Amino acid sequence: MALNRDFVGKSYGPTAPYEVSRVKIREFAAAIGDSNPLYRDQEAARAAGHPDVVAPPTFPIVFSLQSGGEALVDPGLGVNVAMVVHGEQRFEYVRPIHAGDQLVLTSTITDIRTAGQNELLTIRSDVTTVEGEPVCVTYNTIVERGGAA
Amino acid sequence: MTAAVRYDEVEVGQELPPVDYNVRRLDLVMYAGASGDFNQIHWNERFARMVGLPDVIAHGMYTMAQAGRFVTDWAGDPGAVVDFGVRFSSMVVVPDDDMGAVITVSGVVEEKLEDKRVVIALTAKSGDVRVLSKARAVVQLT
Repeated sequence: MALNRDFVGKSYGPTAPYEVSRVKIREFAAAIGDSNPLYRDQEAARAAGHPDVVAPPTFPIVFSLQSGGEALVDPGLGVNVAMVVHGEQRFEYVRPIHAGDQLVLTSTITDIRTAGQNELLTIRSDVTTVEGEPVCVTYNTIVERGGAA
Repeated sequence: MTAAVRYDEVEVGQELPPVDYNVRRLDLVMYAGASGDFNQIHWNERFARMVGLPDVIAHGMYTMAQAGRFVTDWAGDPGAVVDFGVRFSSMVVVPDDDMGAVITVSGVVEEKLEDKRVVIALTAKSGDVRVLSKARAVVQLT
């Protein structure tokens, strides 16, 4: 089904704070098969100049998925979630994410367009600390296969 | 955060040699749990086929994570990655066997920017198929 263009510009959030934990970073690093000690070992992370263990570059998907997911299931937008695959993803980092960060997201639907038989939807999420310090910006483009057929 | 690679020692066109990363069904189950992406196309073959896919496919983000690992292993410090973007150009089909699929990642230094930053252009293939396109990472070197 064609997506509702009226949703371009609609924002979601700010979310409740997401607390980045050492355990979650370690679990995520294990899931991507990455044994980098900076993801696990506080001492190694501190020796490298970080306040605590660092999150892998793609870690923000853990909380941006939750926030962006709110948009995907918004009634009236018209996404058939069963037909969704990931189209594009980008992270712009102001600084690395560390264990102990308390992060808040505001997500905005920035674009809806048709590509062949598919519908493409882009969600931008601005990630800050609870104090308002910018941390990163994520751009998530999903593809609804056959949505424009 | 301090990258292990020095800006002065990097040249445009310099190649980062390919690395193979395995992806088996178990990896996808672990990734689903860790990321919170429980879309059934990543673990349920019956569901994947029902929605017109050839088989279970890897999370795009799992593939992106391997490309990220390639960059952070080169840079030395994950905090040195300041921008990272990809397009998922093809699916990574993961058969239900002990071998799974292989994602091969390679890179080339595409551009040297100001402030000791470089652009790494990444290639990720599964078999002969490019599974990422427009894959770029900007890395802060020392």
